[in-house]
Parts: sequence; C-alpha cells; structure tokens
Amino acid sequence: MLEIRNLHAGVDGVEILNGVNLSVNAGEVHAIMGPNGSGKSTLAQVLAGHPTYEITQGTVSFEGQDLLEMGPDERAIAGLFLAFQYPVEIRGITNGYFLQSAMNSIRKARGQEELDTLDFAELLEEKLKEIGWDDSLIHRAVNEGFSGGEKKRNEILQLAVLEPKLAVLDETDSGLDIDAVRSVAEAVNRFRSDERAFVVVTHYQRILDYLTPDHVHVLSKGQVAKSGGKELALELEAKGYDWLREEAPVG
Amino acid sequence: MDRNDDPSASAAIDQHVQQPYKYGWSTDIESDLAPRGLNEDIIRLISEKKNEPEWMLEWRLKAFERWLTMKEPSWANIRYDPIDYQAIHYYAAPKQQKKLESLDEVDPKLIETFEKLGIPLEEQKRLTGVAVDAVFDSVSVATTFKAELAKHGVIFLPISEAIVEHPELVEKYLGSVVPRTDNFFAALNSAVFTDGSFVFVPKGVRCPLELSTYFRINATSTGQFERTLIVAEEGSHVSYLEGCSAPMRDENQLHAAVVELVALDDAQIKYSTIQNWYPGDETGSGGIYNFVTKRGRCAGRNSKISWTQVETGSAITWKYPSCMLEGDNSVGEFYSVAVTNNHQQADTGTKMVHMGKDTKSTIISKGISAGRSQNTYRGQVKIMKGAENARNYSQCDSMLIGDQCGAHTFPYIDVRNSTAIMEHEATTSKVGEDQIFYCQQRGLSEEDAVSLIVNGFCKEVFRELPMEFAVEATRLLGVSLEGSVG
Ligand SMILES: Nc1ncnc2c1ncn2[C@@H]1O[C@H](COP(=O)(O)OP(=O)(O)OP(=O)(O)O)[C@@H](O)[C@H]1O
Ligand SMILES: [Mg+2]
Repeated sequence: MLEIRNLHAGVDGVEILNGVNLSVNAGEVHAIMGPNGSGKSTLAQVLAGHPTYEITQGTVSFEGQDLLEMGPDERAIAGLFLAFQYPVEIRGITNGYFLQSAMNSIRKARGQEELDTLDFAELLEEKLKEIGWDDSLIHRAVNEGFSGGEKKRNEILQLAVLEPKLAVLDETDSGLDIDAVRSVAEAVNRFRSDERAFVVVTHYQRILDYLTPDHVHVLSKGQVAKSGGKELALELEAKGYDWLREEAPVG
Repeated sequence: MDRNDDPSASAAIDQHVQQPYKYGWSTDIESDLAPRGLNEDIIRLISEKKNEPEWMLEWRLKAFERWLTMKEPSWANIRYDPIDYQAIHYYAAPKQQKKLESLDEVDPKLIETFEKLGIPLEEQKRLTGVAVDAVFDSVSVATTFKAELAKHGVIFLPISEAIVEHPELVEKYLGSVVPRTDNFFAALNSAVFTDGSFVFVPKGVRCPLELSTYFRINATSTGQFERTLIVAEEGSHVSYLEGCSAPMRDENQLHAAVVELVALDDAQIKYSTIQNWYPGDETGSGGIYNFVTKRGRCAGRNSKISWTQVETGSAITWKYPSCMLEGDNSVGEFYSVAVTNNHQQADTGTKMVHMGKDTKSTIISKGISAGRSQNTYRGQVKIMKGAENARNYSQCDSMLIGDQCGAHTFPYIDVRNSTAIMEHEATTSKVGEDQIFYCQQRGLSEEDAVSLIVNGFCKEVFRELPMEFAVEATRLLGVSLEGSVG
C-alpha cells in the first residue's frame, strides 16, 4: 500500500530524513519509535505533504500512485490520514461543520454524492456510538480550548468519520490519561481491517499493548535504524535507545 | 515554530483572497447629467428635478453655506489625494419619462442591470419577505412591495418621493440625528443629496418584510450622495439592509452618504450593510471613496438599534455607525467585518454614547487585512454623567493574511459616571500555513481552507445578518458558511 524508498527530506537545506525505507501492506499495523528529534513527525508531515519540507531524494508510492506528486488535499482524498501530534485550532467553525465539509469535499472529489446536514448528523451519531464517545466535542469550534487529551481524541474521531485507507498517528497517545489511551486504542482496533493500514508513532509501550503491531521500527537520525516484531518495542522499553546507536542502519 | 512568515506561503494565501471584482461592468444608458461642479445653481437644479418644496431647498442651501466654511477632516488613519469637488457631477439620472407608475415603465436596461447584480426587481422573483428599493446613480428606479407594506401602514419610499408625499414626517426627522453641520461630508450630503430611502414604521407595527435598498453607481465622474432616514415609532420593529456596487473605473468616485435612524420607546431597528463598492485595482488605481455618516438615536426607553456591516469594497472607507443611547434601558449594537486587500484603506468603527440610565452597548469588530492594505478600527465609548449603570462590551479582532498589510486598533473611552462597567478585548491573529495544511489534510482545497478560516473568524458578525444576506456575505468572502452556525 505504502512504499517509501530512500527518502531524503529537509528544511532550508538541512537534511532531517536521510534515506528512509519502509513498506506498509494493507491490513498491517506498524509502530515507529525513536528518540526525540529523530524525524518521526517530519516523516509523518512529509507523507501528508506539508509544504515546509523539501524532498531532495527518493520516492514514495501510495496504492501505486506517486504520492510526492500529489497536493496535501489530493493525498487525503486518496485515503491518507494524519492524526497530528499538535492539532490546529480553527476559530468559529464547529467540529461538526468542519468534518462535514471535509467529508463532502472528499466525497465530491471521488464522484460520490455529498451528505446533507441531516444525513451527516446521522452518520456522526453512528460513529460516536460505535466508539462509545459522547457528542460533547461536536458542537465546539475545532480544537479551540480543547484539553490536550481532547485534541487527540478529536483526531481519532475524524479518522473514524473519514475512514482512510492509511492512517498515520503521530503520538496520539502522548498526553492521554490511562483510560483514554485504551479508549483511543480500542477505537483504532475497531477500524482495523484487511484493507486498512496504520502507522503509529509513539514513545510508549502502553498503546502497543492494545494494538499489537505487526512491525516495529526505530527511527534514528533520519533513518530506520532497526526493524522487528512487537518484541522490539518491549526491548526498547527495557533498554532505551542507546544500544542502537552502535548498530549500523538497516535498508 | 512559526511558519507564518514564509513569504511564498503568504503569496499563496493572498492569491485566494484576491478574487476579481465581479460587479465591475457598466450599463450603457443615456443619462441626464448636471454640469460638473458645485454651486447654488446646481443645488437649485437638484431640488427642482425632484420637485421639492421650498423648505427643502432652503435646508440644502443652508447646509451648502456651512459646508463652504468647513474643512475636510484629516484625522483618520487614511491617505488620499485631495478631492476636487468642482470636478464631480452632483446629479446623474438615467434618462426616462417623468413619473413611473409601474415596473413596466422602467427601462429594461435598468432592470437587467439589477438582475445581473442579483437583485431582481419583479416582485414575484424577489426573495420572499424582502422589499427592495433600487437606486441607480442619483435616482431610485423601482421600489417593490409598496402596496403590501402600505397595508400595514409602513412607508418605504425613495426619499425624494417621501419629501413630496410625506413632507411633515420628513421635515420633522431629517437632520434630527445627523445635523446638517455635523461634519464636512454630512454637510456636503445635506446640500446635494439626491436619493436614498425613507422608512416609517408606525406605532406597534412589526414590519412584515425585510426592507432593502441597493445602490449602484454607474455614470463616470459622478458622486453618489444618498440619504436614508428610518423612523420606528413606539413598539415597532424593522430590519433594513443596504447593498452597494459600482463599475470598475480608473478614476476615484466619491460616495458620501448620510443615514439617520430614530427609535422611539420600545422600538427596534436593525440596519445591515453589505458594502461592495469597487475597491480599485491591484496597483491602487481607481475605486470608490466611501465617506459615510451613519447614526442612530435610541430616543425612547427600551429602544434598540443594531448596526451590522460587512465591508469588502471601496478604495477608502471612512465610516463610524454610531448610537446615541438617550432612552433609559436602551441598547446599541455594532457588528462589523471589514476586509481590505491590495491598496485598500479602511478606517471604520463605531461610537456609542450612553446618556440614559441602564443603557447597554456591544461592539464586535472583525478586521481582515491582506495584500498591502491598511485596516483601522476606531471606536469610541462615551458614558455621560447621567448614565447610571451603563455597560459596554467591546471586542476587536484583527486577522492578517500575509505580512505586508496592517491592522490598527484605536479604542477611545470616556467615562464620566463611576457606575459604568466596561469590558474591552482585542486580539490579532494570522491565517497560518499550519491551519491551511490541517484543513487540506482533511480533504479541503487550499481555497476552501482559507475561506473556512476567514468565515470562522467572522462568525459572530455573520450570524447577526438576516438569513437571506448571510449567504451573500459569506459568498463575498468566497465561501458558503451554510450549516456551520450552531
Ligand atoms: N519545519 C522545521 N524547521 C526546522 N527544523 C525542523 C522542522 N521540522 C523539524 N525540524 C527538525 O528536525 C528534527 C526532527 O524533528 P521531528 O519533529 O521530526 O522529530 P520527532 O522524531 O517527531 O521528535 P519527537 O519525538 O520529539 O516528536 C528536529 O531536530 C527538528 O528540530
Ligand atoms: Mg514528533
């Protein structure tokens, strides 16, 4: 589904990613771990098409399409979703309206019929019921005055509504209380399917206990320094990252 | 990390705000034009064209006399080349037969003009519940739903007709809110005003329709000097909306209007403006100079006047809709969105003067600046000695798009009664690349993202607009806000 080859990217001539390789197949859950500043968020933002980052080398294909040639909205329409590490506030626009606009924009681009306010409200109610959350965030302005945890949950709610093929979660578990981590993980699990893949950036084992990733990667200095199964995360939890610094990068 | 200063990002954002002016075409119609320049003879000519009674002419001449002794104000935070008042035509009217009995007699070109502007004049085509007066250059060309309104005793007429048909009402209230000598532009308007609307809502009547006037400047080198007077008697309610546009011309044209509102005991007037005069081109050439005096008198107890404005056009806007809160427990409100782009300059705000006891005022101002424009909010809140327990809430928010524009806020507060409670809040924000990216990541186009962000910013004002016009306002900013209010 996603094929990243030798990806180099940076800002103002400073390289942040230097040669990332990663393949994600439909149905898989990948965890990406790594020290602060190793480039995890940069990778996530580059995949989503943030204009700040310059791609200097490498290729990324998503469902056979050249992802790097597509604008950020086109990537969303193609089924790529990013749950932001720092979700952005939009004043005066309710969460519900924002989601409806986003969904209709995607539907329109895919040649599907747009949903009117009533149909959308129905769909939203269904989704909320499915993940067992109340509608208290729906009528508030997008992320405005939300607590850190509410912002993260809101990202997952958007994911649930937009039903992407590939979801990249950038530290969605950071700042969540213990119950909220479980609740977010359960929501993610509910949307797992053979057609859908997840890339989960995290510092903590806790969320991985619920998600049981198929693959775990360690990003270090802009490269995938080590890959393994779910045991790798446990090993990292016990040993930290230092021991990896001596090993040569893979790929 | 602040990425907002990235010049390429702001250039991309600017592009979306810079939509071409859609109302810039002109109508090819022969007009009856007064010679250029201003003197007593021109004023007599205007008065004669309008078949005015003698007192009206006297009134104009007195205003003119005073105007000659007055100086153009220069204190606003705006700059422009001096206006040559002798180079302007003070009267321009589409040539047509004297008196129109029905819409069938209106020149089809005029009907077409207003249709093109989205203002159909045939009653059956109108938005239900909206009566329209259409003013083309110096004259009113059609007023719809007159009969329907008359059933309720509501008078809605071009002011020139009202002067002839209801002289006692006009004479009683004209200049009672904005005196002839109030300021330079008000004096000029009093001398040469040509058309505008007159509204009278009798005691206890809730006006069954939205009233609206659409102003169109067409002829070259003309000024538009309209005068609007709205009187709401005891316990009556009325909602009035004005819209404006003009062709694209490379000269600057002057629009100096006066609007007077009078609300008696328990009366409510809601006055909304969607101003979309031609703003000039990207280089700052051409555009309308919009110098307007708008003032409402809450003369009665429990009366309420509320101004809502969406200002997107004009090269220069100079305008401060005000409320004189004379009646005890009266309420004044001001909701404003002012958008400036390219070289536009807007100096706008409000004045709330609290005189009665327990008077309340609310000011919500949203300034959006893009390009190299300058957007200034100037507000004055004055609490007079006798105004026990007066309250004011002011909120002034500025949004910057790009980094070459400016936003300025000047609140003036003058409190002479210690029981007053005043609250003031001000914010400045930028449309950031990260906000746009966030929206795009959810599937919205860049253009829709900017519109969404700007509309969200203006929401507190848009929700004050009558339903039919909220749509027009959001469209003016390039998007539909349907469904987001809640
Ligand atoms: N837009 C930018 N401008 C300048 N430097 C940047 C930018 N984005 C990322 N960087 C730098 O690139 C490096 C990687 O940052 P990134 O946010 O990708 O790290 P991360 O792995 O997500 O870290 P964390 O675990 O703390 O979230 C850091 O040194 C960061 O300062
Ligand atoms: Mg990060």
